[in-house]
Amino acid sequence: MLIIDCPNCGPRPETEFGYGGQAHVAYPADPHALTDEEWAQYLFYRDNPKGSYAERWVHSAGCRKWFNAVRDTRTYEISHVYRQGDPRPDLSKGA
Amino acid sequence: MADSTLTIDPPQEQVGDTTGSAESGSRGIGRAAVLAHRRSPAHDLVEEMEQGSGERVRLRELPFLSQLAVRAASAGRSSAAVAGALGVALPSRVGEVTGATDGSGVAVLWLSPDEVLAVGQDEGRSGLSPDVWSADVAQALASEPGQVVDVSANRTTLELSGPCALQVLQKSCELDLHPRVFPVGAAVATLLGSTGVILWRTGEQSWRVMPRASFATHVVRWLLDGMREFR
Ligand SMILES: [Zn+2]
Repeated sequence: MLIIDCPNCGPRPETEFGYGGQAHVAYPADPHALTDEEWAQYLFYRDNPKGSYAERWVHSAGCRKWFNAVRDTRTYEISHVYRQGDPRPDLSKGA
Repeated sequence: MADSTLTIDPPQEQVGDTTGSAESGSRGIGRAAVLAHRRSPAHDLVEEMEQGSGERVRLRELPFLSQLAVRAASAGRSSAAVAGALGVALPSRVGEVTGATDGSGVAVLWLSPDEVLAVGQDEGRSGLSPDVWSADVAQALASEPGQVVDVSANRTTLELSGPCALQVLQKSCELDLHPRVFPVGAAVATLLGSTGVILWRTGEQSWRVMPRASFATHVVRWLLDGMREFR
């Protein structure tokens, strides 16, 4: 069981949250200009790093707000939580 | 099970006598008669709750509490207008309840940075119908950004009390319910088992559990099951 630190509610058990996949995937400026392959890339293709991964979570059973978290995919350790719209934390420092 | 004949027994508990007669005629039927015909989400479990309750832990429904869902940024003119109409300052952080934190009057529960839940008395006691209440608060909000909705039917309220109430909750709730972390007068939205509820500590040994109406039966039976060893 992960304990996830909601930016609004503080630490809560993982079961209160929903997962939203990779963060910072911008909607295409002009979807109609994309080829089918580019559109498929946008819809379905995500990074799969071994290590720090910025991803979206929603506190479904609490404040019901979306936020971002940086999780290490090897250890499940969550190093940062930050509000939607805030920039991705600088991951070069620390682990 | 079939209740198709609509022959409705009179309520077991007398509704307040402060309402109704003055309004009689305006809609063709007295307000008191309307209130008398309400059925709360856990009304058919009254006996089970009585039988499952004892000295150490008790469970009952507090039906029909008026509830307003308020969307307004936690600081600013919207929340000031709402607070003025409610007569209660709005809470601004997780767990915070303002007003009557023991549930004896109007209380306002923090749900998220831009959402609070105002909880008042049953119209049968207060004489204030939730749609009138919500209209008053919405009027105070005027053109400021925000939203006020009567959600009284969304959740029902269960009261779990007694010296072992905490132990019953701890079986199903993963939060730290120690008074140091979850003091009297605090409330949060969380999970009880796998069911979303608002959990509100109204006293040292007294909790309100507010599930959505359609989960009321499940939550009552779930709590009764947890209460069995303490009966
Ligand atoms: Zn939250």
